[in-house]
Formats: sequence, structure tokens, C-alpha cells
Amino acid sequence: MKPAPFDYVRPRDLGEAVAALSEFEWGARVLAGGQSLVPMLNLRLSPVLRLVDISGLEELRGVEEDPEGVTFGACVRHGEFEDGQVPDPARGMMHHVAGRIAYRAVRNRGTIGGSLSLADPSADWITVVMALGASFVIRGAAGERRVAGSDMFLGPYSTALGEHDILAAIRVPKLGRSARWGYYKIIRKAGEYPMTTASVVLDPDRGRSSVVLGTVNRGPLEMARMAAGMQGAGTWSAQLEGNLREAIRLDLETAGRDQDSCEMKLCETTLLRAAQSALVQ
Amino acid sequence: MAQSNLALSAQPGAQAYADAGDDAARFGPRGIGARLLRNEDARFLAGHGEYLADLNLYGTMEVAFFRSPIAHGRIRSIEIPEEVRSRVFLLSDLGDVRPVRAVLNAPGFRGSDFPPLADGVVRFVGEPIAMCIAPTRAEAEDIAQQIFVDFEELPVVTDMLKAADGSAPSIHDGWPDNVCFVSTPGNGDMAQAERAAVVTIERDLHMHRQCVVSLEGRGVLAHHDRRLDELVVYSSTQQPHIIRTVLAPLIGVEENKLRVVAPDVGGGFGVKNNLQAEEIAIAALARIVDHPVRWIEDRREHLTASPQAREHHYRMKLHADAQGRILGLESEVIVDAGAYSIWPWSCAMEANMSAGIMPGPYRMDAYRGRGITVMSNKPPLGPYRGVGRPGACFALERMMDELARAVGREPHEVRIDNMVLPGQMPFLTIAGKLYDSGDFPESVRRAAEMVDVPGVRAQQKDNGKDGLYIGLGWASYTEQTAHGTNEWLSRNLTEVFGYEAATARFTPDGKLILEVAIQNHGQGLETTLAQVAATELGVDPADVVVRHGDTAVSPYGLGTFASRSMVMAGGAVGRAAQMLAEKVKRIGAHFLQTTADKVTLEDGAVVHGPRRVPLSEVARAAFRHAQDLPPGEEPGLSVTTTFQPESGTGAFSYATHAVVVCVDANTGLVKILDYVIVHDCGTIVNPMIVDGQIQGGLAQGIGNALLEESPYDETGQPLASTFLDYLLPGFTEVPSARISHIVSPSPFTRYGIKGMGEGGAIGAPAAIVNAVNDALHGLGVEINETPVTPRRILKAIERAAKGDRP
Repeated sequence: MKPAPFDYVRPRDLGEAVAALSEFEWGARVLAGGQSLVPMLNLRLSPVLRLVDISGLEELRGVEEDPEGVTFGACVRHGEFEDGQVPDPARGMMHHVAGRIAYRAVRNRGTIGGSLSLADPSADWITVVMALGASFVIRGAAGERRVAGSDMFLGPYSTALGEHDILAAIRVPKLGRSARWGYYKIIRKAGEYPMTTASVVLDPDRGRSSVVLGTVNRGPLEMARMAAGMQGAGTWSAQLEGNLREAIRLDLETAGRDQDSCEMKLCETTLLRAAQSALVQ
Repeated sequence: MAQSNLALSAQPGAQAYADAGDDAARFGPRGIGARLLRNEDARFLAGHGEYLADLNLYGTMEVAFFRSPIAHGRIRSIEIPEEVRSRVFLLSDLGDVRPVRAVLNAPGFRGSDFPPLADGVVRFVGEPIAMCIAPTRAEAEDIAQQIFVDFEELPVVTDMLKAADGSAPSIHDGWPDNVCFVSTPGNGDMAQAERAAVVTIERDLHMHRQCVVSLEGRGVLAHHDRRLDELVVYSSTQQPHIIRTVLAPLIGVEENKLRVVAPDVGGGFGVKNNLQAEEIAIAALARIVDHPVRWIEDRREHLTASPQAREHHYRMKLHADAQGRILGLESEVIVDAGAYSIWPWSCAMEANMSAGIMPGPYRMDAYRGRGITVMSNKPPLGPYRGVGRPGACFALERMMDELARAVGREPHEVRIDNMVLPGQMPFLTIAGKLYDSGDFPESVRRAAEMVDVPGVRAQQKDNGKDGLYIGLGWASYTEQTAHGTNEWLSRNLTEVFGYEAATARFTPDGKLILEVAIQNHGQGLETTLAQVAATELGVDPADVVVRHGDTAVSPYGLGTFASRSMVMAGGAVGRAAQMLAEKVKRIGAHFLQTTADKVTLEDGAVVHGPRRVPLSEVARAAFRHAQDLPPGEEPGLSVTTTFQPESGTGAFSYATHAVVVCVDANTGLVKILDYVIVHDCGTIVNPMIVDGQIQGGLAQGIGNALLEESPYDETGQPLASTFLDYLLPGFTEVPSARISHIVSPSPFTRYGIKGMGEGGAIGAPAAIVNAVNDALHGLGVEINETPVTPRRILKAIERAAKGDRP
């Protein structure tokens, strides 16, 4: 379990990084925190010809806050969210989620941009940034472009990033004063990958509610009916729970998620508990 | 020291220990029974342990094994690019090397060869085919990646039930099917039991295959020492002397020119308790190259190519009267032993052990056991903490809970009524095991009190609220430890592990060195053996050097496994130290102008009333100034001796586990709320180490019960090859058990010590699965397999809701 030989480049700025990627038609990979990529290299799962190490690029570690939101450089680490070193536009949600990603050793190195670029469907950040309505700043050979959250994640390990693109920043809008959120995941063992995750964000000030489900082997799923059912919900009740169960069933059915009964149960439980925690906060 | 057992004095052989509560008076203030911190922790906690990967021999080349990517096939050809050919070694490149043939001396046992590198056929994914050497492991793996093997694929056997019923093709040449061995222990009149039975419980149960995970994987480094003309093999092993003995003839080296060293070993649990194919291959390679060669097992190899564990299928039938008194037990265990037979245990160890120990702590009039060992295209099965017994305990204890339910009684009460009584000790079980001492029912009574049965039953009235269900589970078991000559002979093993050896010697400055043949890899033996010496010699155990794990530093002995080292090596150290003490006393008494029977050894000195001679003075005379010795006394202060327990059938520890769990019916997750263990391992040498062993075994038992599983698909590909898929319990999954001790010293061992390294792992799978069943019984759920994963629990709830019985 040692990697095959690869070329290693440590660019001085983002432009150089994109150029270094572009020199290979395929097989050049971006190295940020390395918490997923390095084990994959060691397992020799797929050929990697060049690593472009962006972990030293200061321009990817910046955080800009304005009245409407916060823009996080892609190389901000999970541990920085956990430790409150960066502002939290989501009224504590990003701080909460970050502190539960894998183990502290992973959070010390792993980055939000690295996690989102890989798009492992069971990783924590994807459903969160989608529910928060984040957008993404992507740098490629043709320059910079912005992608909305719903257009970013195409499926498991599949994103809008091209072969020579680098995710530069994540823009997260600020939640309103009366916003509420919930996050829940089902894990067999503390620190391991979840079986299911769910993020719920209710933001009446902005007239927005969002529910996103994450599972192991399918892309993140926006639960439109469930989100509608949550809109304006005051407190948790048996009636609300019943309505949400039905909404969940229809959302999954519409999306063609013909999971087996066990996966259905886990999805339903995760979504309901995320919803409940949003309302009892 | 823990609570002493008041029933003790009624037991044979126990009189000498009737004052078991006062170890300090009997064994010295820092001797046996003292709560001492471990001597070895100074280096381990500072990161100064020296493991195989830490060895730094000039010119060492690293080895990567090229391993079979398929589960069963005949090798048509192997292509190796010419530019790396000199750095690739196949079996045919190694000269005269013989395969291992691990058999039992029992009629009907089918033998098979296990070559160190593939000899024309591969039989599991991960089987070594070639060795590649390079200055670094990464470069060695680059070479391995360039090898291409053309296979003729052969039918793959992965289903043990098909292997057992003869419907799968045989994987070994000349065998009619895949059944290796069938053992049929038992006794009594089963027909009578069936006639008398009011209740008969029948179940099929399954314990899935597991990996054995040690923190440090396996590893071997070998080189030829030119000065000594000696082949030196460093191996992360539990048994260096035995490895030398069996390795020598396989690679054509004489034992006096072969040294085997186990450096610091980062956990064994049985996976390093076998002769490994890789050990033979690396040692053979070192004979033909002019530099050291080293292989360090990586985690993927550890999970897919190391000896694995468990994989039992049980068919059980329990006959009882209306009160739940057991009349007869019929049990069949089928074990999937994988592709090869492992030396020295043989592939039949697991099934034989399970069938042999099956009746557990209970009395019964009839037992009919059947242990069936079958081969398959999976990695070979080897010993793992508990060996056979976690499965046997799981099967029988699940039946006990079902029996209790059938007769409408509390499970712990049915257990108490069926147990061997203290007055019956020593007790010969229906399966022929000789239980030496103990009060089994008391362990249940005390556990029931500690776990508060009525309190738990009251809590259960709320079961179902928020989808949460509380359950109480039980498991009682006996743990055969330190089995000696008779037991190994009765198991028909080719090796007989009946004794241990030790040297106790002073250096000329009066400090003590113990040289032992066992290997300490987490058991605290560098401390506990020093405590034994302290008991006999009055030395400070913190000041005693214990050397082990090296054929060049100790007398011949057999190693650390089967919960034997404290009894066997402890006994040998005790005897050697006692003999040494006699000489020290004679010399000291001479100095004090009295006789040896008038002096004692205390605080590093020979003491006679107010006068004392320090051991340094005794050693000075013995080594450097023989003129000061008593007339006729030989110079030197060194004794080498051996120890065998009085009975070769072992000292039996036992325990009762009681666990309270909460099952979340919406996630299938199980949370452990309380874990109680009432345990008896006779005389306790170091209470902190004993509790640590119990807790560590429990951790692995929790893994067995809830998390750990090594599944294979129908083509024989492993589905858990990293820790992403193979889940181990971590800190957050393992609660601290509440442990209580009963102390029933063994009449057969020195100091009354019993082994106790495996028990935590034996009881936990049964207790936890029983608790899950107790929790979900109201939903009509019954689960009879391990691990109880969320999927298995949710599926069982779903089946029950549809009205399907399991």
C-alpha cells in the first residue's frame, strides 16, 4: 500500500496550479488536505500522473465576510470551522457539522474544498452547503466561473468541475435571524463515514426552506416536498411527522430512489430527525 | 485484592489459599497480588518500543508480495519483465523449500500442503505467489505491478454449507469433498433425554467470518550473520522457539544455526501464533541473497491475507424439563477453515474446540457434539482470542435464553439451576473436561445483583417509546487456560505445549534477570513475572529485567498463547526463583553466622532479626569472591528450570457477563448502557492487568457482536479490505465494564493462578446478541447471527412485522 510514482508540483498561485493541471490531458489531480486522495494513492486504485499541491496557496485560505454572506477559500480546514476560527454564516450549523467530521486528525488537515471536490456522497459537507444555498467559485483554464449548489453535484464522485478545474471558493449566504437548521447522520461507529446524512434549513426571512439527503451510493437529493412541508412549521407534532413521512415517500419515489426497505428506513429516520432537531432548537 | 470466595475452603486443594484476601502477607508487599504499574510502559508510552519496522540493518531490501488476485486457479504462466526478473522470486527460485503440512494425529484427518509461495495452484485471494525486492516498499510494489499471471480459473467454494454437504467441488487434489475432519465428542443417553424432555429448543445460528486485527501487522526480517554462520529471523511472532524448530527443516537449516527473535510485538491475539507462509518465504530468501530482506505487512494484507477467524454455523437442539433443567444437548458446528491448514493448530482446531467446550458451565446427562471442518477458497482460519469458544458460547447461551423463555423463567435463574456446583469440584464434564475449581452460580447471582434485574425489567415497560427498546442479555462460560500435556495429546496435535522454562539469574551487582521463552506483547508479563520473582526473592519488581522472545536469550519454551504464559512461565519463574532463593539464603546465612532456615529475603537483602546482608554482597561473593562462600557452595547465582501444572487438562477460569442495551428500531443501532462482568481467574497476580485484559477482550467481543465482519462474494473476493469496510470498535463504542472478582485458586497450578487472556472476548457476543433479542422480543424478533448490524436488525424487525418467523 504505497503509491506508484507520480509527478509532484507545488505551484505559487492559482494560475500556476491550473496551468500545471492543464499540462496533462488526464491523470493530474489536485492535492489539498489529502485525507481521501492519499489513501486512494496508496491503494493504487487509479493511475495518478501528477499531484498539484495547492495546500500552500494563501489565496485559497482566505475568508471574506460581507453583509450578505461569507466566502470561504477552498483550503479552509474542517478544524477551523470546528474551532470557530472562521465566521459561521449558518448560525452555528457549519461549526456543528465540522466538529463531527471523521476524527480530529482528519479535521486538522482535511479541507472543505477538497471534500466538496471529491463529492463522496456520504461525506458531511455536501448536503449542508446545498441546503444553505451555497455557490461555488471555480477556476479553470478559461478563467473564473460561478456554479450554483444545485448544479455542482452531479452524482457520487461527480461534480461540475472539469479535468483542469480547481474549486477556489465556496460562497455561503447568511441565514436570517429567525432561521433554524437541523443536521443528522447515522453512523455505525463514531468517526466513520455515515450511512445517511440529512440537512434541513428553514429561513423564513429569506422565504427559503431546504432539505437535502445524503446516502452512500447515490448523489445528494433535494427533498422538495419535504422542504415545502417544513415551511412555516412551528413545532414538532405527530401530525407534522405524518405529513413529512408521506412527503419523504413521494420525494424518494419521484427521484426514482427504489432503495430496499432498510435503506428507506434509514433515509426516513435521518430526515425526520434532522427536521425535528431544526424545530426543537 | 478482590473479594475472596467464602466457599473456597470447601474445595479440594484450596486450603493453602484459604486466606486469599491477604496477598501481601503471603506473597510480599510488591509480589503476587500487588497493584503495580507496568515496567514496560516506560518505553511504550514514550514511543520507544522497537518493532519490526523500527529495525535498522544496513543494506536491508524491502519485500512486496505479489498475491493472487483470484480465489482459485491453476497458474498457466507467469510473465515477468526481463529488467526486473532478478528482483522477483518465485517458489522455484528459492531452492530447497518444503511446504507446511499441518495435520492432526487422528484417524480420518485429511492433510494438505501449504506452500510458502504458490506451487502451481492458488486457493484464495491474497495467496503469495512471488516476492519482489527493492530498496523501498513502493519500488517493490512497482515491480509487483509488472507481473502478469495467466490463470486457468477453477470453481470457487465460498459456501461452507455446500462444502459440508459435499455438493461443492473439492479444492485439494485427491480429496473426495471439502470435509477435512469430523470430531464427535459426547456422552450419555440422548434417547433417554429426548423421551424425558418437556421442552425441546431447536435453532440454527451463525457467527460470520472475522479478521484478527492487531495494531501492528505481521512482519519478518531475515539475514545471514556471517560471523556466527547463523540465519537470523526477526518475526513479529508470539512463539519464537517453536518457529525456529519447525522452520529449520523446511528451509534446510539446522536449529543451532538459526536464531528467531521477536522484537516488540504490537499485539498478537493469535494471528501471530502460527508458522506463516511469509516467514518461510523471507527466511528462505535470506539464504540466497547477500543482504537483509524485510516484509512488513500492510493493512490490506492484514485484512485479506492473514489468518482469519470464526465463521461457524451451528445446528443446536436442547432438551429440558418443564423447569428448564437441561437433559441433553445435541449440537453440530460447521467451521469454514479456509484454503489451508495452519501449523501447528491444523484447520480443525476451531471446530474441535467449539464442540469440545460446548456444554459450558452446565450439568447435563447427555451431550452429542459434532465438529465439522470444511475447506473453502478463503484465507486460512487461525487462532483468535477465544478460539472456538466465542462461537460455542454464543450458540449455547442463545439457546439458554430461548429455553428460559420457553419455560417462562428469568434467564439467569435457569442458568443458576443448571450450573456445576462448587461442591462438585473438581468436576468432569459430559464432554470430558476437568473443571478444577470455582463457584459458577455465584457469578450469576452477583451479576444479577449488580445489573439490577428488577430495575431493568421495570425500565423495559417503556419499550417502544420513540422506537427505543431496552434489553438485558446474559452469557456464562468457562475458559480453559494453560492446558498442558494431556489436553494437547487428547486433541491429537503434533506438538505438545505442556510446560514452560525460565532462567533466573543475578548479575554480579546483585540485580535480577529473568529469561523466559514466552513473548510479551501487551500482557504485562515484564511486570507480572517480576512480581512472581519478588514473591520468592524479596526483590523490587521495578528493578527486575525480564528478557523474552529470543531463542538466543532464554531456555527453550513454547510461547504466548492459549492464556498460558502467566500460569506456565509464572510457574517456571517461581520455581527457578525459589531454587535461587535457597542458595541466596545459604550464602546470606553464612555471612550472618546462622542457618538458611532462620533467614528471610526482604527488600533486596537476606534478613536475620535486625541484621541484613544486601543481595549485592551475596552476588559479589557468588561471582567474584568465591572464598567468601560457605564451604562446598558452587560459585554463580543462576537457575534454569521448567514448570508443568499438576494436571495437564488446564485451569478453568469462568465468568458471567450481563449487559443492558438500547436498540433503536429506527436505525438498527445498538447502544450498550451497562456492562457487568463477574469473573474468576483464581489468584490474581496484578489486579490492574487482569481488569485490563478483561476490558480488552470485551472490546474485541463487542466488535464480534456488533461491527466486525469479513464477507466474501461468490467469486471469493474479499469485500472488506480496508478499515472503511471493516469496522473495529473504538473508544466511543466500548464502555468500561463494571468488573467483580471471585477468587477460587486452581489446585493444579503454582500459586493457584489461572490464565485469563481470552474471556472478555468469549462472553460478549453471546451476551450482547441475547440483550438485543431480549429488547426486540416484543416485536416478534429473533436474531441468531453475529454481528448484529443495523441492516440485520432492521430486516428482522421488518420480517417480524410481516409475520414471518425467523
